Amino acid sequence: MNAILNWFAGIGVTTRGAIARLGFATRFLVAVVKASGTTFLRPRLLIRELYHAGVLSLVIVLMSGLFVGMVLALQGYETLVRFGATEAMGVLVALSLVRELGPVVAGLLFASRAGSAITAEIGLMKTTEQLAAMEVMAVNPIARVVAPRFWAGVISLPFLAALFSTLGIYGGYLVAVKLIGIDGGAFWGQMQAAVDWRYDVMNGVIKSIVFAFAVSLIAVFEGYDATPTAEGVSAATTRTVVTSALAILTIDFVLTVFMFRGSVNG
Amino acid sequence: MPTRIDKIPAMSSSPTPDGVARSENAGDGSPMIELSEVAFGYTKARQILSGVTLSVPKGKLVAVMGGSGCGKTTILRLLCGQHAATSGRVKVSGKNIDEMSRDELFSHRRRLGMLFQFGALFTDMTVFENVAFPIREHTDLPEPVLHDLVLMKLNAVGLRGAAHLKPSELSGGMARRVALARTIALDPELVLYDEPFAGLDPISLSIVGQLIRKLNDALGMTSILVTHDIMESLKIVDYIYFIADGKVVAHGDVESIRRSTDPFVKQFVNGEPDGPVRFHYPAKPLAEAFSGASA
Repeated sequence: MNAILNWFAGIGVTTRGAIARLGFATRFLVAVVKASGTTFLRPRLLIRELYHAGVLSLVIVLMSGLFVGMVLALQGYETLVRFGATEAMGVLVALSLVRELGPVVAGLLFASRAGSAITAEIGLMKTTEQLAAMEVMAVNPIARVVAPRFWAGVISLPFLAALFSTLGIYGGYLVAVKLIGIDGGAFWGQMQAAVDWRYDVMNGVIKSIVFAFAVSLIAVFEGYDATPTAEGVSAATTRTVVTSALAILTIDFVLTVFMFRGSVNG
Repeated sequence: MPTRIDKIPAMSSSPTPDGVARSENAGDGSPMIELSEVAFGYTKARQILSGVTLSVPKGKLVAVMGGSGCGKTTILRLLCGQHAATSGRVKVSGKNIDEMSRDELFSHRRRLGMLFQFGALFTDMTVFENVAFPIREHTDLPEPVLHDLVLMKLNAVGLRGAAHLKPSELSGGMARRVALARTIALDPELVLYDEPFAGLDPISLSIVGQLIRKLNDALGMTSILVTHDIMESLKIVDYIYFIADGKVVAHGDVESIRRSTDPFVKQFVNGEPDGPVRFHYPAKPLAEAFSGASA
């Protein structure tokens, strides 16, 4: 009997803790937004973080985009050739990338590369009392440390997702046209005709912006809230990657339901 | 009641047994810091301070000593407003910190400096940038003036030549001195030192100790030094408070501390393993604790 009661008590404690943490994260977001003036009044702070979060993520994002596009073309060809629709290869590659794979995979890569680095950096600054030192110097660490990293993430990810999709399409072109021999005119022509700027491209951009807010908030929050020990920073970094991945996939499903339900119904 | 070994003495620059000259003219004797029956706990179950009363006059260098976890660092955190006392009053320059608005608290923090236990230098900045940080954040000084000011601060701690180095390239003693230069960058009225001697070799320890004394006197600051290092403290401070079980258990000037027969002070000064501060953490009797005893 006691074991069952303890089990229910455990669920209660976990649920209450999760709700409290969500509330704290929301208050934290409000504090970050309120303290964001410094970030935009002192662009050097933002530029430094844009370099660390965005520019240093370019290699992994561009390489991944290229290979994802190439694999899409190879796999797509296998299916399309059975129906004699290989000219639709450009449409398949482009829609897959701009609607889904670009924002989602770029978001996952960003969370792993830059999000984890942001969490580790802020967590270590907390562990080594650098944040406390700022507070004692009458410098708000949320304005000086957290907000520039948050906004750098928000700005970087949509651009990285766009570059991921661009390189992916180019990778698809290399495999479909240069390797397999599909007609280049058909590849680009079909793509141009089928991909709608507002419906496909802009919805993909909106997704990447939403993911950028989610991943950046998770990264800075986990760092700021990390237990100030080596183990605590390690756990916070892991939580950033896991929570970001789950958040991206969940939000993606919800956004897709609202954005593309017309095509499902139709 | 804590053992008051004597009244806070008038400062004298006459030679002391340790050979360190102490300033005569620093401060007017009015209290810079007053803690009155201060209680604080991080949780309700774990009370750290339970009725601490102490006073630090302007211009003095006062040590707060006690065993690990007795609440020394907590006192510093209360003084810079990082935590609020659960009861009692924490006053700095006559103002109660717990009653300060956010703006007043930031204004108060701009007038104080705190040296953290391991320096807390910003690892992504050079030594120069670390010292320049508070000046850049709080003033609009032109870059040439700021440059000269930072070099003067670094020169005061003997590290002008290390301005271009990163914190990872510094030894523990050098890092502590850079942190000290950053702490005094804005010429604070009050400086709080949290274990400034921890982990230093004897030479670095002596250098840091001398610097703390000299800077206190030269800049007319008031300083609180939280430390375990009784020998170094006796060389440089004006007055000492001992904390145990969340309370002030003894206090007095250096000479009275040396001569004290108070059991706690004697145990602390002589480093005796057992006495009022017990060696063993409270536990059931040894015979009961051994597994063989229950058989």
